[in-house]
Amino acid sequence: MVNPSQDAPAQAKNKKVLIENLEIKYGDTVALTDVNLDIEANEIYGIIGPANSGKTSFLNCINRMDDMRPNMSTTGRVWFNGIDVTNWRNLYSLRRQIGVVFPLPVGLPLTVYNNVALAPQLSGINKKADLDEIVERCLRRAALWDEVKDRLDSLGSLLSGGQQQRLTIARALSQEPDLLMLDEFSIAVDPVTTMRIEDVLKELKKEMTIILVTNLVQQAQRLADRTAFFLNGRMVEMGKTEDLFAGKVQHQETLDYIEGRFG
Amino acid sequence: MTGRAVNNTIQTDDSPDLDWYIDRIVQVLMFIGGISAIVLIIGIFIFVTREGISFIFNDLDFAEFFASPRWRPTSEWRATYGILALIVGTASITGLAMMIAIPFSLGSAIFISEFATGKYKEYLKVLVELLAAIPSVVWGFIGLTIMNPLIIQIFNVPVGLNVLNAGLILGLMAAPIITSIAEDALKAVPDGFREAAEAMGATKWQVIYKVVLPAAKNGLLGAVLLGVGRGFGETMAVLMASGHAINLPENIFDSVRALTATIAAELGETAVGSVHYQSLFTIGIFLFLITFMINLTADLVVRGVKKG
Ligand SMILES: Nc1ncnc2c1ncn2[C@@H]1O[C@H](COP(=O)(O)OP(=O)(O)O)[C@@H](O)[C@H]1O
Ligand SMILES: [Mg+2]
Repeated sequence: MVNPSQDAPAQAKNKKVLIENLEIKYGDTVALTDVNLDIEANEIYGIIGPANSGKTSFLNCINRMDDMRPNMSTTGRVWFNGIDVTNWRNLYSLRRQIGVVFPLPVGLPLTVYNNVALAPQLSGINKKADLDEIVERCLRRAALWDEVKDRLDSLGSLLSGGQQQRLTIARALSQEPDLLMLDEFSIAVDPVTTMRIEDVLKELKKEMTIILVTNLVQQAQRLADRTAFFLNGRMVEMGKTEDLFAGKVQHQETLDYIEGRFG
Repeated sequence: MTGRAVNNTIQTDDSPDLDWYIDRIVQVLMFIGGISAIVLIIGIFIFVTREGISFIFNDLDFAEFFASPRWRPTSEWRATYGILALIVGTASITGLAMMIAIPFSLGSAIFISEFATGKYKEYLKVLVELLAAIPSVVWGFIGLTIMNPLIIQIFNVPVGLNVLNAGLILGLMAAPIITSIAEDALKAVPDGFREAAEAMGATKWQVIYKVVLPAAKNGLLGAVLLGVGRGFGETMAVLMASGHAINLPENIFDSVRALTATIAAELGETAVGSVHYQSLFTIGIFLFLITFMINLTADLVVRGVKKG
């Protein structure tokens, strides 16, 4: 564990994530600007907003995936556990602490077992018994164990869409992440599976912080403690989810979006 | 409403219209194109078989053909037709070539696909294509005039036209082809896999080793097999660099002779229809079957046909 940076602002030390004046550009095009927000430990932080409003770009800044995109540049500060990730040198160690679930399930071309065992293996756990234990625990927590326990050795990509998405959640959990980021996870998942995953998230919240980017406004309402609304590359507003959904908003646009009167 | 005007031409009966005829014609043309390739292959096979068939049925002694290292078709006293030495020649050259080419090719394919970026990557790909386009006689020339004296000098051996020379040349020839196909296989791995693995904190090398290579393994194996097929079929460079001596090699400094080179060198000097002529065609059939099998395996492997 790295110690918090000396120059971290006082509040950064108490927050899981603190974002200051974040701006993201692709080439010369600004994708997201003027974002200031903080995320508490063990909360589910919802982010809603239409397509192209900058939600995915925002997530990419937190685990520094911008590093892989040559045309993407960011300014501003992102504090994670009181450490400035914009200057983080060993990005692998940062990313190992942050689990990510992508919109379309990315079942790696590996067996079900190895999909979940990969992260522990990467961090040096190689004993079969340990791996077995981790795989079972993570699959159980992702509510997938019962369906796949007899086919751990078949390819992950042969599972159904909803199963694959739970597999990616199990895979993210196998990293024992401190922060879990889900990007529109329910886009390719049936409603029943979505509900199951939502129940899983409510449980996980006890152990980790969750950022939930969602295309379903009601999903944020069901799960998020606080919610931010992104629109056209700006964070229009953020607040307690119950307040926003009770109509206590500062911007008419937020209300319009929440109530589906948009575009 | 202006939008309706477009729909006036919609046809309500089932009589063929222009689009229907064009579609039919294109289908027929495609069929002819596809079928002619197959017909051509079968035609070649029939031709080669017809020229060699009488030898196979009348003069061929299977045991001698495959087990004797004596290839003496022109002997006045007693002609023998043993291709063992030629098989061993071809196999040793190809084997050495693959030992050289496979690590280099896979290495450069990984580098081009996973590490090189932007312009640099494009330049490298063009360079590989250029290397693949060098005619084989030029490679043979290099073997003859550059490698030959080098090998004599460095290893202090009497002749530099041998398994080592031909293997090196063939390896250099096959490498760009394997590289290019292997790179295609790596490129076909979806970026989502790489991103997912990197998001887990995998290092570049871990991503390649744990995710990209397993995902591309069929394509990579196919690339290698096509390289092997290329090695078996290559003629000119091998003829020039191998020494072309009928010999069961004991080490890589012995001269050998390849199956293909034998056909190329002798066919012009035989009387059409003679036993010697027919025996060369029999070698041709043998080569045809081997390369066909290698390519078929490569094809099945690329398409991912598995055992169970
Ligand atoms: N790799 C990229 N290169 C260039 N522009 C991008 C890239 N990724 C996203 N963008 C642009 O940035 C903006 C925000 O995109 P994104 O963060 O994906 O939004 P969201 O996830 O809310 O749909 C969009 O206008 C999109 O076109
Ligand atoms: Mg997105």
